[in-house]
Amino acid sequence: MPSWAPLAALVVVVGLIVLHLAVRSTRTWVWKVLTGLGSLMLVALVYFGLFWAPPEAFMSDVGRIIYVHVPFVWMCMLAFTVNVGAALAYLFKKSWRTDALAESSAEVGVFFGATGVLMGSIWARPTWGVWWDWDPRLISTTVMLLVYVGYLAFRSFTEDPERRAAWSAAAAILGYVSLPITWFSVQWWNSLHQRQSGSGTMDKPIRVVYFWGAVSFLTFLFVFIVKRYEIARARQTGALELPPLEAPKGQVTT
Amino acid sequence: MKPETRNRLIAVGAILVAGAALAWIAFGNIGDNLVYYWKPSEMVAQGEKAYGATVRLGGVVVPGSVVWNPEHTSLSFQVADTHAPTAVRVTVKSEQTPPQMFREGIGVVVEGSFQSDQVFRTNRLMVNHSNEYRAPTDGGMPDDVMKSLSQADPQKT
Repeated sequence: MPSWAPLAALVVVVGLIVLHLAVRSTRTWVWKVLTGLGSLMLVALVYFGLFWAPPEAFMSDVGRIIYVHVPFVWMCMLAFTVNVGAALAYLFKKSWRTDALAESSAEVGVFFGATGVLMGSIWARPTWGVWWDWDPRLISTTVMLLVYVGYLAFRSFTEDPERRAAWSAAAAILGYVSLPITWFSVQWWNSLHQRQSGSGTMDKPIRVVYFWGAVSFLTFLFVFIVKRYEIARARQTGALELPPLEAPKGQVTT
Repeated sequence: MKPETRNRLIAVGAILVAGAALAWIAFGNIGDNLVYYWKPSEMVAQGEKAYGATVRLGGVVVPGSVVWNPEHTSLSFQVADTHAPTAVRVTVKSEQTPPQMFREGIGVVVEGSFQSDQVFRTNRLMVNHSNEYRAPTDGGMPDDVMKSLSQADPQKT
């Protein structure tokens, strides 16, 4: 894979995302294009990650899980950043749209984060020798995910939509503190988990596939949030409210 | 109070609390009290206080110090702060088969206790991979790496 490929893919993906956000009439088809593009990129990631890239010098084929483990956690953090942005936007200018966006991005973020942690655990067993240990990075990531699970639980337990929107937005701002702690945990404290890699610590073919993986999952992050947002909007407008179970009088139900 | 004003107050309040909490964790002394593992020099500096308690010790495996007896599954090696030859070392003994990644020069975290005989006995040995991801240096290496890993014989690797 040429080293410019991830950047070129990123430009295309971000361009499509901007198109979706800026031009309302494109919203019916941009997500389909991104789904198709993301699927193709995923197929390419399987080839480049499993066959084209060299095995890691010490970890051999086990090290290939980095192409999915790290992008998944990045997407989780990106989703939580969208969440706090939407929460702030709601508090400064009330809108059901930003409230729906906050809800959908938190939920999609929890999905990516939990899956990323699961893959990290699978990676840990052959490299560290254990599935899990309470090191600062693993503790802070767990706390971060629990904070957002709590956020979602809070949302579903609060009946009044205005109270739910305002107070969950405050919770989102407080909960976002867990993100920088998770990010910097490997630098602030001794940990079993390795620190972030830079271009100097990663050989080029490995690095290129790693960024390709990140762009691939960015397409899915976007599509998941868009689709979840549409569900949240439909719920707000009552389109997903189920009809009463009791049949109206005088009608025969079959 | 108008709802808009209330919401903005909530936002400002939440940002202040969040910022204060983050600053406290980032710049406070919380890191001094939260220690995932000690380095050998830090543990030795504790003197007799370090004896007996269950702690974690982290560092690098000193090259040439690994003695592995597969028949009795007894493993002995030294852990140092860094790769520097003058770094403080602690002898570690384990009765378990080490993880496949275990080798001389790699980072490890061991859980166990330091005894007055200056030996750290562990029943939980974890290998700490660095943030370096390198291609093998010669084309034929990957299979050799796989073989050496599956044999789990750190003395030969």
